[in-house]
Amino acid sequence: MHRAADYAKKQNDMSNSGRPLSPHLQIYRWPVTMLLSILHRMTGVFLSFGLLVLAVWLMQLAAGPEQYQAFRATMSTPIGIAMLIGWTFAFLLHLANGVRHLAWDAGYGFEKSQANSSAWAALAFAAAGTAVLWVIAL
Amino acid sequence: MAEFRLPPNSRIRKGRHFDAAAGATRVRRFAVYRYDPGSDENPRIDTYDVDLNACGPMVLDALIKIKNEVDPTLTFRRSCREGICGSCAMNIDGGNTLACTRAISDVKGEVKIYPLPHMPVVKDLVPDLTNFYAQYASIKPWLQTRTPPPPDRERLQSKADQELINEPSACILCACCSTACPSYWWNSDRYLGPAALLAAYRWLVDSRDEATGERLDDLEDPFRLYRCHTIMNCTQTCPKGLNPARAIAETKKMLAERKL
Repeated sequence: MHRAADYAKKQNDMSNSGRPLSPHLQIYRWPVTMLLSILHRMTGVFLSFGLLVLAVWLMQLAAGPEQYQAFRATMSTPIGIAMLIGWTFAFLLHLANGVRHLAWDAGYGFEKSQANSSAWAALAFAAAGTAVLWVIAL
Repeated sequence: MAEFRLPPNSRIRKGRHFDAAAGATRVRRFAVYRYDPGSDENPRIDTYDVDLNACGPMVLDALIKIKNEVDPTLTFRRSCREGICGSCAMNIDGGNTLACTRAISDVKGEVKIYPLPHMPVVKDLVPDLTNFYAQYASIKPWLQTRTPPPPDRERLQSKADQELINEPSACILCACCSTACPSYWWNSDRYLGPAALLAAYRWLVDSRDEATGERLDDLEDPFRLYRCHTIMNCTQTCPKGLNPARAIAETKKMLAERKL
């Protein structure tokens, strides 16, 4: 094959098959808005599992005092409490970030400074709210 | 689909090191992504010690100095060296920006330089932008009209209408924003990405354009537009200070409002 034809064929090969992919997640410095975005998704998934536990809690509540005591005992173990604290934080963060999304959908809060400070505010709200609720609870 | 790891042929190996010229006083290390399509080797990171006292202030100055004095095989795009052509877009210190407008003194420690993220690499710091340009072309970035123009003058625009297209018209298509977007990383085959969507918005709000409906029809798609999840990396990284995230949100609003 002529070298020119070979070259043209290579140029027309849009699959980029032989080319390496440049690094992405491995090297990108995360802005806080990117962190909040992935946390929103992760807390959403985590809260879906929490909904199952909430359903079990209601079922055990309906099943009588003995069943309920068993459930209570399970959730009062250190692991149980750690999970509950996790769900509290996830709920508050997802809530606060949901408000950010509402504002964005209405067209507000897109300045870089606004997006960054609202991200930090959501994190602070979730952390402080979790602390306050659990000081009251324990 | 999202594939978080690099494919085997893309994993980065340790490369060579080049010392600064003898007698250098203010040395800064540059770690630069290298890939040679003429060899079968994986990409590597070469490190160059550069004497900042004998180098211009910008990252591009250092790259040019390395190419001129140390390693002529180092390959990158550059042209205007004043932030208007968009050629020298690359990932510097973890963020996408133009090498010509990024001061070396703004980077702490070793200056890490990679090609724009999650792109096929042609050579060293040169990514293949074919898909990026095709996406730009797909939004039909030109004035579309149905009515004949006035016989005696151009299609005029009020100052207020002109201001609507001022900012989005300032985009230089450097691809920093699109290649900073995780949604674009995972779905660039179907998601248009912030640069093309900012351009689409520029024509949507142009008072002289008469194809607004068709333009919105083309964007109304779960992937083309709605893969934007307001991660904001585009706006955070734009070297021209533009706001593609807001333009995309305004486009979503236009689509929602026309349904009412």
